[in-house]
Amino acid sequence: MALKIVASQCTSCSACEPECPNVAIFEKNGTFVIDPKKCTECIGHFDAPQCAAVCPVDDTCIIDTSYPRYQPPA
Amino acid sequence: MDATTQHEGEAIGTPEKLAEIMQAKAEHQGCGTSGGSGKASCGSSAGQGDLPTEIWEKVKNHPCYSEEAHHHYARMHVAVAPACNIQCNYCNRKYDCANESRPGVVSEKLTPEQAAKKVLAVASTIPQMTVLGIAGPGDPLANPEKTFKTFELINRTAPDIKLCLSTNGLALPDHVDTIAGFNVDHVTITINMVDPEVGAKIYPWVFWKHKRYTGYEAAKILTDRQLQGLEMLTERGILCKINSVMIPGINDNHLVEVNRAVKSRGAFLHNIMPLISSPEHGTVFGLNGQRGPTAQELKALQDRCEGEMNMMRHCRQCRADAVGLLGEDRSAEFTTDKIMAMEVNYDLESRQAYQALVEEERVAKVAAKQAELESLAGEQSDIKLLVAVATKGSGLVNEHFGHAKEFQVWELSTGGAKFVGHRRVDLYCQGGYGEEDSLETIIRAINDCHAVFVAKIGGCPKADLIKAGIEPVDQFAHEFIEKSAITWFKDYLAKVKSGEIEHTVRGDAEIRQGALISAA
Repeated sequence: MALKIVASQCTSCSACEPECPNVAIFEKNGTFVIDPKKCTECIGHFDAPQCAAVCPVDDTCIIDTSYPRYQPPA
Repeated sequence: MDATTQHEGEAIGTPEKLAEIMQAKAEHQGCGTSGGSGKASCGSSAGQGDLPTEIWEKVKNHPCYSEEAHHHYARMHVAVAPACNIQCNYCNRKYDCANESRPGVVSEKLTPEQAAKKVLAVASTIPQMTVLGIAGPGDPLANPEKTFKTFELINRTAPDIKLCLSTNGLALPDHVDTIAGFNVDHVTITINMVDPEVGAKIYPWVFWKHKRYTGYEAAKILTDRQLQGLEMLTERGILCKINSVMIPGINDNHLVEVNRAVKSRGAFLHNIMPLISSPEHGTVFGLNGQRGPTAQELKALQDRCEGEMNMMRHCRQCRADAVGLLGEDRSAEFTTDKIMAMEVNYDLESRQAYQALVEEERVAKVAAKQAELESLAGEQSDIKLLVAVATKGSGLVNEHFGHAKEFQVWELSTGGAKFVGHRRVDLYCQGGYGEEDSLETIIRAINDCHAVFVAKIGGCPKADLIKAGIEPVDQFAHEFIEKSAITWFKDYLAKVKSGEIEHTVRGDAEIRQGALISAA
C-alpha cells in the first residue's frame, strides 16, 4: 500500500512535501499528490508516515488500499 | 485635499517630485480607519522616551514596534510560507476569504521570486512602506528555504527595507544564526503559555524531529523551544516582540506569568491580542463556543502586564498578506497578476524624500502634545477615563463619525493622554443615510468611553450617543488627537470641580468578531 492525499481536503500548504523521505510528493493542479510507486509508507525511515504526521487536516493523508502493502527490501 | 496634506505642502516647499509624492500621500492617508480587509496597528510608546538610541533607531520606522510610527509607516507581509509545524486551536488552515482580516489568512501564495517583485512594486507605489514581514500563512521557519530565499532577494534589490518575521518558535533555535545573517532585526514569537498544562489546552499537537507529539509533551517541547529561541535572539541583539492570544478561562491570568518570563529573557515588546473566535471560522475554539475577551478584560490584562516592558496596544491582527498602514489593507491592489504586469521603478531617492516629510509631520505632532501636556501640569485628580477618536491617521481627529471603520481609544488622566487600543466597528453611514443597527454596534464597541472625537457627525447619531452617555465632540476637527483630548479633559475636570457635571464610571465594551467587509 501507499499513502494518498484526499484532494478535496488538501489545503495545499506544502508541509508534507519536504518531509517525505522518498521525494514522492509533488504539486499537481493546485494540491499535492503522492507518487504511489515511490511511497514506502515511511517504513524503514520513521515510526509513522511523515505526510500524515505533519498534515494540518485530519484524514487527508491516508492509506490507499488499492495498492499492495509496501515490502521493505530484505 | 484635506488638512493634513495642506500642512505638508507648507512645510516642505515645492520640489519637482512633490506633486507625485502628495498624490501618493493623498491616496494613502493614515492608520486607523481607511482600507479594506487589513487591520492596522500602533506599537510601543509614542516618542523615543527613555529608549536607548540604538533601539529607537530600529523601531522608529517600524509600524508594529512603535505605536507612533504606525500612523506614518506601512508594512507588508508576503505569503511565501504556507506550511506549519504546529496546530493551534484558534487556527483553521482551510479558511480563506478576501474579506476576512486575521492572522493565518491569505488569498494567494507567492514564490520567493514573486514576493520580491511584489515588495518592489509596493515600495515604489507606497513610499512609506518601510517594513517587510513574513508571517505565514503557516510558519516562516517551517518553510526556511522559501523564507530565507525571499530575504536574500529583497536584501539585494531593496536594501533599505527592514526585514522581520513572525514565528511560533518551534523551529527558531535552529535558525537564529541564519536570521542574524540576513540582518533581520525584528522577530515576533507567538507565546501563549509557559506552562505545558495550559499549553495542552491550546495546542493539540506539534511536529518536531519527524514526530507528531500531542498533549502535555507537545506543549513542553514548544515552550522550551520558544524560550530558548527568545534567549538566543536577544543575546544577538535582535529585537523580539511577543504576541500572546488572550483566551478567557484558559490562559488569561497565566499571561501575566508569560509576561514575566519573556521580560526576563529580554523581549522588547509584548502584544496581548484578543482571541478571534467565531463558529464560521471552523476553528476548534470557534466551534466549541470559546469566547474572546471583552474590551475591559483585555485592557485590564494589558494594564497588569505593563511595567518595565512596553505593551503593544495598536495591533490590528492583520493577515499574512496585508499591505499598507496598520488598519488598512491594500493587498487587493497587488495581486500576482497585477504585479507581474507592473513596470517597477524602484526610486530610493523619492522614498527617502517622502520619509523625510513624514518625519516633519511627526515632530509637529509631538511638539503640539508637549505644549498641551505642560498646561495640564498642576492639575490634580484621580479621574481616569477613556475617549474614542475617529481618525484617518497622521495623529489627527480627521474622520467623519459615519465613515469610521474603527475608533482609537485613548485613556486620559492628569498624567496625559495614552493610546490604549482601537475598536473595530461596522460602517454606520452606508449610501448616505445612517442605519440604526450599526449605530448600536458602534455604541457597544465604544461603550466604555466618555466621549467620541470626530471631524463631523450628523444630528441623529449625535442624539443617540448622548442618550447612551457618550459625548460627541466635534470642535477639534482636523486637530492633533493628543492635544485635543487633553484640552477636552481639562475642561471636563473643571466642570466636575464646579459641580456642573458628575463623573461616572462607564460600563464594558464589546470586541467585534468576524469578517471586516472591505466595501466602503
